[in-house]
Parts: sequence; structure tokens; C-alpha cells
Amino acid sequence: MSDTKKMALIASRGELDWAYPPFILASTAVALDMEVQIFFTFYGLTLLKKKIDAKVAPHANPSMPMKMPFGPKSFKNIEWPIPNLISSNLPGFNDVATSLMKKTFESKGVASIEQLRDICVESGVKMVGCQMTMDVFGFTKDDFIDGVELGGAATFLEFAAEADIQLFL
Amino acid sequence: MSEVQANMELDCRGLNCPLPILKTKKAIESLNSGDVLKMVATDPGSINDMNAWSKRTGNELLSSEQTGDEYVFFIRKK
Repeated sequence: MSDTKKMALIASRGELDWAYPPFILASTAVALDMEVQIFFTFYGLTLLKKKIDAKVAPHANPSMPMKMPFGPKSFKNIEWPIPNLISSNLPGFNDVATSLMKKTFESKGVASIEQLRDICVESGVKMVGCQMTMDVFGFTKDDFIDGVELGGAATFLEFAAEADIQLFL
Repeated sequence: MSEVQANMELDCRGLNCPLPILKTKKAIESLNSGDVLKMVATDPGSINDMNAWSKRTGNELLSSEQTGDEYVFFIRKK
């Protein structure tokens, strides 16, 4: 046995803000010479799709700051109070909020989800899709990027049992 | 420490977590054992992150200095 540290992640969410933690942690862990497996289940499966269309969902998320990614600093620092009436009923509001957040990430020098996922794939992070939730949601292996393996709870647990870090995201 | 001669320079200015670490890792891989990499970042988190990265990977962090808004690191590949 080598003394390589291992990290086992479960990615269960598909929103843009929840898409970041698994890919940030996985890519960084590999940079720290760790071995990583991510088990994608439920809405986390959407992060394996060839084109990621993760969005942010401001509705019912009172802790989410709504700031503008452009303009002078004083303007950017304003927190826009968005009433639930608007965030839940205005068509396209999620798209607007998503595009604003992506712009903010970019302007802050944060990598895109796709970029981080590519790094994970290139650096040998093992991606496992949950077969059961794939069946439930109607996904096939063809919907996903290359290199995804399929498995179930036992597949995750076998790796997690030997892992030094296990996180449910 | 500014006397150390770097074999390669990596510009991570403007990049945020985890990109400076990921790019440092990639740059180090392209070097030979004993070579020195100079990395410049503007992410204040990079001080702790580079320490942690060096500790885990065994690549030696020769120095980390702040000059203005910039952080300069010299790393020797193990």
C-alpha cells in the first residue's frame, strides 16, 4: 500500500453554486497528490452532461447576495433586494441571475465549471455515475462526458472505506 | 532569497482559488528535480494554500514574500 491520500466525494446537487465545490476540491486534491473519486448522484448527475447547464436558484435563498458584476465599485457593492415575488414568478429570472453570477466569477478570476471539470478529467479523477438515479432521470451513458464509470452505493463505499476524506456535497 | 535563480516563471496574477495551485502543479511537473519555479499571485489565500501544497507534495517552498498587492513564491521541485 502506498501512502497516497484518498478523497471520496458525493456530488448530489446540480445548481451552479453547488457545482463548484466537488470540482474545486477534486482538482486541488489531485494537485496535492491525492487520489480522488466523485460519485455523482441525483441532481449531481447533471454535472456529468456533455454541456453543463447549471444555474443558480435565487428563489428561497435569502442568504444569496444579488450584486452587479459591472460598473464602478460603489455600484458593484450595492446589494439588490429581490423580493420572492419576483425571483419566483418572473420568467427568466434564474437565467438573469445565473448570467450575472457567471460574469462575477469571471471578473474575479474564478475558473468556469467546465474548465475545472476538464482539469479533473485530464488529471485522472475517477467519475462515477449513479446507475439507479440515471435510470430514474432517464440518462444514458451517452449523455455524459467520456470516461464516466457507472456504479452504485457499493462502488462508492468500497472506495470511501479506504479514503482519508469523505464529503457529501 | 531574491538571489535564487528561477528556471521558470509563472504568472498567476488575477487568478482566484484554486487556479494558482493547479497551474503551479502543472508548471512543476514540467520541470526537473531541483529546478526552481517562481510564481506570482494576487490571491491573498495563496499564502496559506502554497504552504499547504508544499507540505503535502514535498516540493520545497523556498520563500513566500508579499510586495504590495502581489505574492511571490519560490518553489524547488523535489
